[in-house]
Amino acid sequence: MFKILKYSFYDLIRSRWSYVYFLFYLLLGFVLLFLNNDLSKAVITLMNIIIILVPLIGTIFGVMYFYNSREFTELLLAQPIKRTSIFLGQYFGVACSLSLSLILGLGIPFALYGLFESNAIFDFSLLLVTGTFLTLIFTAMAFNIAISNENKIMGFGYSVLLWLFMAVIYDGLFLMSLILFEEYPLDNFSLLATMFNPIDLSRTLILLKLDISALLGYTGAVFKKFFGTQLGLFISISMLCLWTLAPIFRLAWKAKRKDF
Amino acid sequence: MIQIQELHKRFSKNKVLIGVDLEIQNGGIYAILGPNGSGKTTLIKAILGMVLPNKGKIHLNQKDIKNQWKYRENIEYLPQIANFPGNLKVSELIKMIIDLRSKPSSSDELIQRFGLEPFLDKKLNTLSGGTKQKVNLVLTFMFDSPLIILDEPTTGLDPIALLTLKELIAQEKKKGKTFLITSHIMQFVEEVADEIVYLLEGQIYFKGTIEELQNLTHKTNFEHAIAALTAQNV
Ligand SMILES: Nc1ncnc2c1ncn2[C@@H]1O[C@H](COP(=O)(O)OP(=O)(O)OP(=O)(O)O)[C@@H](O)[C@H]1O
Ligand SMILES: [Mg+2]
Repeated sequence: MFKILKYSFYDLIRSRWSYVYFLFYLLLGFVLLFLNNDLSKAVITLMNIIIILVPLIGTIFGVMYFYNSREFTELLLAQPIKRTSIFLGQYFGVACSLSLSLILGLGIPFALYGLFESNAIFDFSLLLVTGTFLTLIFTAMAFNIAISNENKIMGFGYSVLLWLFMAVIYDGLFLMSLILFEEYPLDNFSLLATMFNPIDLSRTLILLKLDISALLGYTGAVFKKFFGTQLGLFISISMLCLWTLAPIFRLAWKAKRKDF
Repeated sequence: MIQIQELHKRFSKNKVLIGVDLEIQNGGIYAILGPNGSGKTTLIKAILGMVLPNKGKIHLNQKDIKNQWKYRENIEYLPQIANFPGNLKVSELIKMIIDLRSKPSSSDELIQRFGLEPFLDKKLNTLSGGTKQKVNLVLTFMFDSPLIILDEPTTGLDPIALLTLKELIAQEKKKGKTFLITSHIMQFVEEVADEIVYLLEGQIYFKGTIEELQNLTHKTNFEHAIAALTAQNV
């Protein structure tokens, strides 16, 4: 698997889009820091961007890479290589190169700014960790969609829809249900609803770490009680791991059963 | 030795292989023939584990290939359509395959035989169809494996390359290797094949030597014999 990972990784690292993605974060980091002059504020702004953008890029890159490497895949399938190694190798190649762009692109400006002496380092690390999780999750989901759809246009359509649902529609539905069922105690429902969307989960995790739960209003207190504790943090991270592993397992399962 | 028992394969409603039984002994050249869409490529891909059968068993040297991958170390495969990652250079592709197989290769000699030196630094998506097929052939013949599967090896080749291909096949056959070859060029089949496997309507319709086929159909011309075989069925 590592040989495949290596080839996919280098293939992507050499591509123009990885550089664009890396440079974008680099620029974003510098602009935010030197305009804001405030690490904590920069982290919040970054969070709002990352939480929407990382899933989008993961999804688009994931499907694009899968469809574009069809020839490479076919060539590998006739070689003495396990099927799961071929697909997981490609997946980790894409996910690693995207994560690297994110971590380096944001890490460099923040390190130069003097992150290591500031106490924002934990907030910032959490930001990068959730960003990496989101990359892993959405790239895996994109690979799942692509392997199940021969038709590229359909594959692209479904993955953009998936992103749109997770990033926008889900929140809308969530808010609407909160308003509709105002009279009922919705604490547990809100907690659960957050768990079932990796984007919401990441956002909540970071916001609570930043200690601005007041922004969340009524449910904020409940959330704080839950996410603020060690157990809450542990459960949320486990949930993110689950969100990562589930699509990876389905990808491996699907890869074993497909005709080429 | 390849043993195929009761092999069934359908793609959604399209039943392509309907109970194929076939035994291929080691050594010699087997031509798999049949009309377009008769399932030749599907049968080959089933042996390679690229297409997964709905029913039936495939054994390679007494071992079931289901869910296995190691056995592909001993098979070389030339795909019918040479689809390569277009952004790679020819030399990079060859190097990559050698690296993946970690086996000694005779790529340099083959590159020279097919006159590919001027193309080594070219990207694969800029090559002509025939040149791509030559690269395809280099990749197939550069390792020393006992079983070689060629799906339409002559496609797009010029007469000189075709001669080189025939020489290569003869040379490797002498080493006792087994070949499975599909082709629609009857003259080529007649020249190289020891035995014919004729696939029709999802089953092995005929298996035997060219002579046996000619006796069966009472046609001395091979091309006509094949045509007669197809016509008898309808
Ligand atoms: N991946 C696939 N998905 C769906 N149908 C397929 C797939 N591969 C092959 N088929 C169908 O299976 C049938 C047999 O195809 P196959 O490629 O095996 O034929 P063939 O004998 O190699 O033909 P040719 O002489 O044209 O190369 C065809 O009807 C084809 O449409
Ligand atoms: Mg074919």
